[in-house]
Amino acid sequence: MDITARSAAELHTMLESKAISATELVREFIDRINKVEGNVKAFVTLTEESALEQAAKQDEKIARGEKIGPLAGIPMAFKDNMCLTGIRTTCSSKMLENFIPPYDATVVERLLDAGAISLGKLNMDEFAMGSSTENSAFFPTHNPWDLSCVTGGSSGGSVASVAADEVAYSLGSDTGGSIRQPAAFCGVVGMKPTYGAVSRYGLIAFASSLDQIGPVTKTVRDNALVLNAIAGHDTKDSTSVPFEKPDYTEFLVNDIKGLKIGIPWEYFGEGIDQGVARVIQEAIETLKGLGAEVTECSMPHTEYAMPTYYLIAPAECSSNLARFDGVRYGHRSQNNEDIISMFRKTRAEGFGSEVKRRIMLGTYALSSGYYDAYYLKAQKVRTLIKQDFDNALEKFDVLLSPTAPTPAFKLGEKLTDPLSMYMSDICTSPLNLAGLPGISVPAGFVNGLPVGLQLMGKAFSEGMLYRVAYTFEQNTDFHKVKPELTAEVVL
Amino acid sequence: MKISREEVEYVAMLARLELTAQETEDYTGNLNSILEYAGILEKLDTSEVLPTAHAVPLHNVMREDVVKSSMDAAKVLANAPDVENGFFKVPKIV
Repeated sequence: MDITARSAAELHTMLESKAISATELVREFIDRINKVEGNVKAFVTLTEESALEQAAKQDEKIARGEKIGPLAGIPMAFKDNMCLTGIRTTCSSKMLENFIPPYDATVVERLLDAGAISLGKLNMDEFAMGSSTENSAFFPTHNPWDLSCVTGGSSGGSVASVAADEVAYSLGSDTGGSIRQPAAFCGVVGMKPTYGAVSRYGLIAFASSLDQIGPVTKTVRDNALVLNAIAGHDTKDSTSVPFEKPDYTEFLVNDIKGLKIGIPWEYFGEGIDQGVARVIQEAIETLKGLGAEVTECSMPHTEYAMPTYYLIAPAECSSNLARFDGVRYGHRSQNNEDIISMFRKTRAEGFGSEVKRRIMLGTYALSSGYYDAYYLKAQKVRTLIKQDFDNALEKFDVLLSPTAPTPAFKLGEKLTDPLSMYMSDICTSPLNLAGLPGISVPAGFVNGLPVGLQLMGKAFSEGMLYRVAYTFEQNTDFHKVKPELTAEVVL
Repeated sequence: MKISREEVEYVAMLARLELTAQETEDYTGNLNSILEYAGILEKLDTSEVLPTAHAVPLHNVMREDVVKSSMDAAKVLANAPDVENGFFKVPKIV
């Protein structure tokens, strides 16, 4: 196996035993990027030089005989909505094309303190609004399994870079499925932690009551290792929850005997691809065979989650993105007569069409005369959706569904129809409304494209999700299958 | 049609967005189809339901009222499109 295809846990063992140095490891990944990035296009910004500098520091530590942590010296990358001091952070938007943050996001600080080596910043749908990474103002990212397909989104660069072995792992962010849906499309492991488990300080906000940062990895063990490093209370984020952080790797046992798994039948309804349904059915049989007690259940408000999400998320987005006014940072239109026209032209020039669409929708839903009918109504339905989860999770340890209704679709296929694009979040967005954790793990293939299995749990039950995901992974081989990528540019 | 072209223009003004004629037309269509889809929520009786703004119950989070150093002004201004004498500079307002 190529070194770059190995898990972070395996790379740690190699570094510790001095089978390879951190500098050599970074060079391996840079070679890999040079080979495949022309086709995949996962990165907005590459920082090879600073990666080599960081690696040299880790090598000095190893040479001095210091013990290194599990993520030290291992190459990774951040979604381009997380601030890194001195490194351009664009949100894949023209608005922030030249923005250089003067501070680190808390997740960045925690990973760099753990010795992580950042190779750069990863492409995304502009301001994390989208389900295909085609809304990047710069270029779309391509699915390593089929370059004519989307990666999913909005964390497309985060999942494609991991699937293509350009990094060992990455961080993404998930507002309505933006880690889990692309993780499913690209055959990697993606976790959206409980709301408040990971600090959002330094994450450029999209919808503040829904956004959450999480790890994208090749294995469930790596996912637990990365969550160990980034989770935990942060005084810089007032919505971060003080909680007793466990060692998530302690939950990695190959045993689910007697665990209760609920299958909400509403997640298998209209719009679910037959191939996806078959893969998930097979996964259910696998879990039953491993001793889990699997029972069907009902979450009656599931059909209301999408319209609720597409009122609440745009409302919060319209408020959050008001800060982009051409005054303190970001683009400013040069073509203006007064302050109001400066604001309007700046935002017209800086934002792409999906971002404008959501700002318009959110502004409308919050505007006088419509607030009660749309925004308040959606918040009330959000209560009902959350109650569905609370009721179901009283009876079950985890809930199981497909991560996405279909495998990856073709680039361009859904670009002209916003509603059909929004439907790719149908299985993932309810969980964000409820603030609960969910993980997507590789569960099989349809016509050569990966399919993800979603596990959802109670607040702060990431450990339980890891246990079920790990047991499934250890008893299946889907995570070992790799996309074939060549150096020849075929785009 | 729940929302007219004129309303779209008004909302664009509220949102401080300048839209082209084409965008105004496109968003009028998009917003109507999305709001029509959202109309399904009207099927639910929520008169007795309290709204959820945050899934995790949050209360005011306070810290000790202690003076701490903040970010250096030069760093704060470094990303600004226009600066003068340590201030953000904007076009004429009045």
